[in-house]
Order: sequence, then structure tokens, then C-alpha cells
Amino acid sequence: MKFDQPATTNPIDQLKVVGKPTDRIEGPLKVSGAAPYAYERRDVAPSPAYGCVIGATIGKGKIQSMDLGPARRAPGVITIVTAQNAGPVGKGAFNTAKLIGGPDIDHYHQAIAVVVAETFEQARAAAQLVRVNYVRTAGEFDLSKAKDGAKAPKQLTGGPPDSALGDFDGAFAAAAVKVDSTYTTPDHAHAMMEPHATIAAWKGDELTLWTSNQMIDWGRGEIAKILGMPKTKVRLISPFIGGGFGGKLFIRADAVLAALGARAAGRPVKIALQRPLMINNTTHRPATIQRVRLGATRDGKITAIGHESWSGDLPGGKPDGAVHQTRMLYAADNRMTATRLAVLDLPEANAMRAPGEATGHMALEVAIDELAEGLGMDPVELRIRNDTQVVPDAAGAPPKPFSQRQLVECLRTGAERFGWARRNPQPGQARDGRWLVGMGVAAAYRGAPTMKSAARVRLNGRGLVIVETDMTDIGTGTYTIIAQTAAEMMGVPLASVRVSLGDSDYPVSAGSGGQWGAASSTAGVFAACMKLRQAVAEKLGFDPDKAVFADGRVSAGRKAAPLADAARDGELVGEDAIEFGDLSKRYQHATFGAHFVEVGIDPYTAEVRVRRMLAVCAAGRILNPKAARNQVIGAMTMGVGSALMEELVVDKGQGFFVNHDLASYEVPVHADIPHQEVIFLDETDPTTSPMKAKGVGELGICGVSAAVANAIYNAAGVRVREYPITLDKLLAGMPAVA
Amino acid sequence: MRAFSYERARDPQAAVAAMARTPDAKFIAGGTNLLDLMKLEIERPGRLIDVNGLGFDKIEATADGGLRIGALVRNTDLAADERVRRDYGVLSRALVAGASGQLRNKATTAGNLLQRTRCPYFYDPGQPCNKRQPGSGCGALQGFSRQLAVIGGSEACIATHPSDMAVAMRVLDASVETLNPEGKARRIPIAEFHRLPGDKPQIDTTLGRGELITAVTLPRPIGGVQVYRKVRDRASYAFALVSVAAVVQRDGSGRVAFGGVAHKPWRVEAAEPAMASGAKAVVDRAFAGAKPRHDNAFKLLLAERTLAAAMAEARA
Repeated sequence: MKFDQPATTNPIDQLKVVGKPTDRIEGPLKVSGAAPYAYERRDVAPSPAYGCVIGATIGKGKIQSMDLGPARRAPGVITIVTAQNAGPVGKGAFNTAKLIGGPDIDHYHQAIAVVVAETFEQARAAAQLVRVNYVRTAGEFDLSKAKDGAKAPKQLTGGPPDSALGDFDGAFAAAAVKVDSTYTTPDHAHAMMEPHATIAAWKGDELTLWTSNQMIDWGRGEIAKILGMPKTKVRLISPFIGGGFGGKLFIRADAVLAALGARAAGRPVKIALQRPLMINNTTHRPATIQRVRLGATRDGKITAIGHESWSGDLPGGKPDGAVHQTRMLYAADNRMTATRLAVLDLPEANAMRAPGEATGHMALEVAIDELAEGLGMDPVELRIRNDTQVVPDAAGAPPKPFSQRQLVECLRTGAERFGWARRNPQPGQARDGRWLVGMGVAAAYRGAPTMKSAARVRLNGRGLVIVETDMTDIGTGTYTIIAQTAAEMMGVPLASVRVSLGDSDYPVSAGSGGQWGAASSTAGVFAACMKLRQAVAEKLGFDPDKAVFADGRVSAGRKAAPLADAARDGELVGEDAIEFGDLSKRYQHATFGAHFVEVGIDPYTAEVRVRRMLAVCAAGRILNPKAARNQVIGAMTMGVGSALMEELVVDKGQGFFVNHDLASYEVPVHADIPHQEVIFLDETDPTTSPMKAKGVGELGICGVSAAVANAIYNAAGVRVREYPITLDKLLAGMPAVA
Repeated sequence: MRAFSYERARDPQAAVAAMARTPDAKFIAGGTNLLDLMKLEIERPGRLIDVNGLGFDKIEATADGGLRIGALVRNTDLAADERVRRDYGVLSRALVAGASGQLRNKATTAGNLLQRTRCPYFYDPGQPCNKRQPGSGCGALQGFSRQLAVIGGSEACIATHPSDMAVAMRVLDASVETLNPEGKARRIPIAEFHRLPGDKPQIDTTLGRGELITAVTLPRPIGGVQVYRKVRDRASYAFALVSVAAVVQRDGSGRVAFGGVAHKPWRVEAAEPAMASGAKAVVDRAFAGAKPRHDNAFKLLLAERTLAAAMAEARA
């Protein structure tokens, strides 16, 4: 189905099932331990061998020698695979560094071998017997030093790396009120609960991988490329994923080494990456240095807006897109953004939840707060004053409109619900007992991309509707919204729908990433259901255009029949893909929000405690408010982490992330997170998809950290521009204590 | 993890005798730290002697009005004990500030004292660490030291002791009772139990080889307001950046020990008379000669302000 005209009324608009806060249909499986995660597929690979991955312990250099002898002779060892004995191993198109290194080492904990043994304990013990001699070479591990040599990347998510409109320098110089601030954000780990894990099994020249991956079809192609085999011989199965956040968009060492190990061992091999390897072996969100310059008239009209961002990656890598939202959020006639990429020899940088916007808001939305202070203006009002309904960064006429943009409504609704009027604009004034108390706000922007997505929907003689697509559910609620979509389309209760996901034998979906999954994959199911409805109508002798599917029946005028009757002679199948036309070129598809945060700060120790949080989101039709809320509060929690504690600490001498476990890479615990409130504004966007929906899982993190930072400033009067805002950075600015 | 043999000790004498017979043996009780270290091969015992059955699991009154805490008393039970809560509040508070409920259910009194540093370089076998591998160097000295010691360190090691419980025991003047392989009992004042790293950071305590902790005794209650204030980057489930165990009497005098700042719980008795003059005076004395590093220099100010918070809490 081609989607190239705005949607008109369609069966989804009935909202009998879609739009309801339905519980997760796979919830009982998960809470009872019956959901099969990759490492636990005892049903498919009953007696696998176990692989233990060895990571390099230098930041950059070469392996001079490797002594495998003692490990080979260790109890239970079946084989050891290294780059030397693995045969040809290619590099995936999505990988910056090779997934098995040697003799050249590109980064710390790059995999250099996998030891395969009868038991996990034997594999791990033998891995510790492998002795490696390295020759180190000097590497660059310090972004602040590499910054000056940073270059413009070839592109920034498909477009030119820099943008400019009007005369930024002139307007900034002439502005009555200015902000010129530099902010830093550290490297972040996805730190998902389930590690990267794979069971690999060969049957002749066919390879099956039970793995944990957000993008089944990408992964299938990558495995084929890396192992030099036809894509058709690779099957990826990933029905349940214990968190990804972008860290599982790509094939990683667990999958490749399980495949190589299984080939060498002649039997299935299972591997889970050790937690330290998840930090230094896989990808992470790169650190940024960001300079934001804002100029405004005395009455708060922004005249100049400039945002420059620096990040680093291994040679051939990609930059963080921290300037994205600055091209979209505020009107200003004179503007510039610039993105520079430095070469660093740290582990590979890549996407993490809301890549670009997550870090970019941490700078821009604090700069806006600083501007509001400089103007003596309320920060909510300043944002409203500079709203725009067209893309402000687009040069040339006519300006491109946003399909929907309710930023002002988000801010106004949030301000009212949060009690923003009670905020004291003078920082450091409000107290609650001994606590210093402050409130902060930030706007949120995140694109609403869509991608081609296919599905197959089957109707059987019992009236069951079965959906099959290689779409993934990374904890987002995909199973449930797909079931709701199929139930609405076919006029059956949710209990009559079965959903099968995450298998490359199924039609290729959009996958989970970039907050495109919900809108795209449900639209694919919509398209397949339209095909099935047609088949049903024809089979029952109804006019497909007039048939009404409701309550398990199909009717047209006085004629009616049970839906199941259509499949009495055999299953009916509808299969189709949604293909998106140029509506996203005619309209800017985006989601908007506003975050409000109240913090308390202990005046003695500068410990920050978040006391209240509110997110107001305008993100198209909300397919399932419960699942969407779950996404947003999770993202808000992650935003608190980025604001207050999350930081991969770089050892700039040795070239690695030091805090490579969950004890030392701190993410928020329950005690850090207060009651969280989420409001979704009524919105349907007929230009995005027949579902009139967008994504929301990444919008939820955009701006959260800035709102926390702004609340900290309001509470304490200390502006910290280096994230995370840990207490050591606030301590000197705390009031005197006896 | 290396293969190891395992035995359950029947009685204390048998336990120390078994230890004397087996040079690479280790005692195991809760195992909440030892097993992690064994998986990483930071600890590589050839034999584990399980002491859980030795009956050191009671909390009893002593003749001089104190408490004798069996070495195997679980952290949860110790924190919840009515006498501890009433008379040694700082200990109860320190215990619940540490780890998680699940870990405290398993972790023992002796094991808590014997837990090893959480320095990230100690935990990464790919990095040099004199504590893990004597003579290999210290990765932290040139690397990341935010969590590490500001006082009492050496050129070989700037690790901190991670325990909260031990800091409270230090302020309470506890003693550690042991049994050595010859079957002789002795009593080690807690001040002398943990050592500074010097040029032998691989040795954490003054226990002899094969010496078994049987109990920790607390002297008679000293009254006062007892406060344990632990400061960290998140609200729970993290080791202290700085912690303060303080006992403040009505006249403003008191005692204080600090956690998160040294290779052992840090208490300088000579600084305590300054309590009446305020936190800064105490910290100036207690931390005289401190050698903070760039990453952790904030700990001195934090120690002062955390003590001030504890003293304010005691006054309130």
C-alpha cells in the first residue's frame, strides 16, 4: 500500500481497540519467565557449547603474539577462534570497527578470540589462560584535545553537516541580550538489562541465530556480509529483547563469534557478552562539546541562534547529531549550525535513544533558560514567544510546515498542571525545610520518521487473526499495539489476535529504532489487514468497499456472516507493506513536548533529589496510552540519569571506559525517581500514516536532562554546564553551613 | 573461575586446622564479594572452607554491658536487632545504608569487614593493580580516582575500603575476635584491624594467615545522638563518596569516623575535641596531610559539609 495522500476516515478511527490502555499481551509470559530470550532457547538448541569472548586490553595497537596452548588444553575446551584461524571475516556496513580484531586492535575490549567449551564455566576459565602480548601505539582518547583537529563529516543524517540562514554573525553581534555558553555531555552506555546474546546453529550452509536485535533484516544482511554468505541462508530470530536503546540496532560480536564458534565446533554455540564487554566492546552514545549562541531583542524575540557540536569516533565513524533540534525548535531569522567529528580511538560511538536530540537538548534548552534569565523573562513565555509553525531552518520559499506542532499547547498545559506560577524566578530562594527547591522547564522535539514496513495477516477457521512480521518488541509494547491494530481492522476482540514477531522468515518490517517503529509497523499491519479484509469480503461475497468488520462478524446492509466463515475452506492470508510517499517532504513530521521538573538540593552535601516530574507530549494518535506512558516515564528516568549521574569515564592514558559494570556506571535506582506524570495531548496526524500516529519513546527523553539542570539552577543558583551534574560540581556554590 | 574443592567446617578448631593444612584455601560465609572476585580470578582459592555452620550467628550481651556479635550474623539481622537499634544506632544506620536488601540478607558481619576495595582498576584484570597483582603498578594513580582515597594512600595504592558497617564500628571502638590456626584466640581493636596500603596494598588487614574471625564486640553503649550520613551520586545502591559516622553528646562533644576516604575507616581521635568548634575544625585536623587528587579533591569539602550535616541532625 502506497501512503502518499493524507489519510481519510478508516477503520482505525473507530477506536474500539486502538487507543485503549490495554495491558501488554505478552506480559504474562514475561512475568512468569516463559518469554524466551535469546540465551534461554533451550527448546531450539538443547546441548549447545558455550563461548566466552576475550576482549583486547589495550586501547590501540597490535597483537604481537597470542599463546592459546594452555587454554586449548584446559578441561572441556572444544575450540578457540581468533582472527587468525577464523577464515575470511568481513566488516558489516553498520560497524565502524571489525567485530573480531587482530593483529590490529582498534579499541579496548575489541574481541580478539572466543573460547568454546562444554560448559560456560570451562569456557570462562580457559579464556583466562590465554596470554596475549601487545604492542601499544599512541591513541587519541580525549575529545577536548582532538576537538581542534575535528573535521566536518560528509553528512549529518542524510543532509549537509552545516546549516546557515541569514547573517548569524551580524545578528548575534548586534543582539541586545546574548548567551554564549559551552556545554559538555559525557559518553553514555545503553546499559540495557539483557546483554547482547546469541545462540548460533548451522545446518549445512544455513545459519540460524537466536539473538537479541532491534533490526532483523539489517542484521540478516550484516551477518551475510560479514561471513560472506548469501542473505537467504541466514535466519535471525529475536522475539523478545530485554532492552536495546539503540545498542542492539546492529550485529555485534556475540552474533558473529557464536556463528564462527559454531562452525568451528560443529555444534550450536551460545554466547552472552560479559557486562564489561557491553561497555567497551559494543557501541555507546558519544560525548559532545557544544557551543550555543543566542541573541535576542529586549522583548525576547530571538534574532540569532547558533549551535556548534563536536563529537568523536573511530576512523570512518559518525558524529552525534546534537544540532538537530536547533534547526527545528525556535524561529529566528539568522541561524547557523555546525557539526564536527574528531577521530578518537575509544570504542565505537553510535546511536542511543534519541541520538542527537538527547544530547542537543541538554545544551540548547539550558541556553534558552540562560537567555530567559538574561531577559528577565519567564522561560515558558520565552519559548512560546519564539514558536514557529514552519521549519525555521529551511532556506528558500515556501517554508515547509510542520504537519502538527503543539509545542505551545504542551508548554501551557504543563505550566498549568505543574503549578509553574509558583516558581520563584530568583534562584536559590525557595526552601522546603532544609532543602533548596527549584523548578525547571524544557521543550522537547524529536522527529517522527516512518519507514517501509510489511506484515502478513492470516485468518483461520476458528476466527483467529494471526499477525506475522519481523518487527521487534524491545520492551516498547509492539506486540500489543500490533494486536490492537489487527483487532480493530478485522473487527475482533484482542483475545482473537496472535502476534508473532522478530523472525526473518516473516515479512520485513521497519524494525525498532529512531522512534519510527510504532507508527511504521502498525501501518504495515494496517496495509496487510486491508488485503485480508478484501479477501474475506470476496470470499463471503460482500462488496469489499461496503463490508463492515465488527464484533467478529462481517456485514453489509442486511447481510452478515461470522468472520471465521471466510476461512472455513482454508486459511485466508493478507500480506502487504506500507510504503511512504513524499508526505514527509511536504510536511515536517515531528513530535513535541514539554518537561517540567522540581528538584530539592541538600544545602550541606549538594545531593540533588528529583521531587516531581511532568511530561506533556503531542505525538500524534496514541495507540495505547499505557504502553506510551511506560515509554515516556522510562525515557524520563533515563533523562534523570543523564542529568545527574550517567557518565562513561574515559581513562585518557589507557584509552578505555573505566566504569564498565553496573555498579560503577550508575543509572537511577527507584529511590532516585519520584512520581512521574505524563499527559498526551489529543492529536491525530493524517499525514504520517493511516494510523495517524507517530512515535513517542524517544521524545520522552528529549529535554528531560535540561529541565533537571534548569531546576537545579533555580534551586541553587549554580549553573553547571558539564554533565552529569554531580554534587562535586555544585558543592562550592552551596550556602555556608555551620 | 578456577576449579576449587569445598568443605564444610564442623567446628571452629577444625576450620582453622583445615586452613592451616591448605595454603591456598579461603573461608567462605555469605560469599557476596568472594564469588564475584573468583569469577574474575582476582581471588583464586584452591579450596573453600565454608564456615556457615560454625554457630557464630548470635548477638549476646557481654559481661561489661556491651554486645558480642557473632561473625556470621547477617547484616540484615544485625541492623534490625533491638539492642543495636537502641544503643548503637549509628551501626544500624550504617548497615542499612549499604548494598541492597538481598545482599544484606546474605552478607555476614565478618565478611563485611573483609570485603575488598571497589576500585575499578582492581576489578579489571586488563589493568595494572598492585593490590590484585603486586608489582604491576597502579592504574588509578594516573587514571580515574574520583572514588578513591584522599588520605593514607601510598604511591602503590589509593584504594578505599568500601564498608559502611566498619565505619560505624570504628566510631564505636569495636574489637574483632579471632581464632588463629594454632587454635589461639585474640582480640584486635578495630582501629588496628584494617591497614593502610603502604608498599603492601595486597594485604588489607592485620589478620594472620588462616586466622578466623569469630565475633565483633561492642563496648558499653556510649549514648549520644548517633548519625550515619552516606553521600553518593544516587540515592541508593552505591558506595559512599564520603560517609560520616558520628556520635554527638548533649554537650557538643563526640566522636566521628569517615568512610570513602581511605584504605580503612578513617578516624583521628585527636581531632574530636574540636567538635565543639564545628565541622571545619574537625576535618582540618582529621585530614591534615591529606593528598587528594584532581578527581577527588572535592571529598575534603564534602567531608566537612557532611559532618556539618550530621552535627546539625544531631542538634535537631
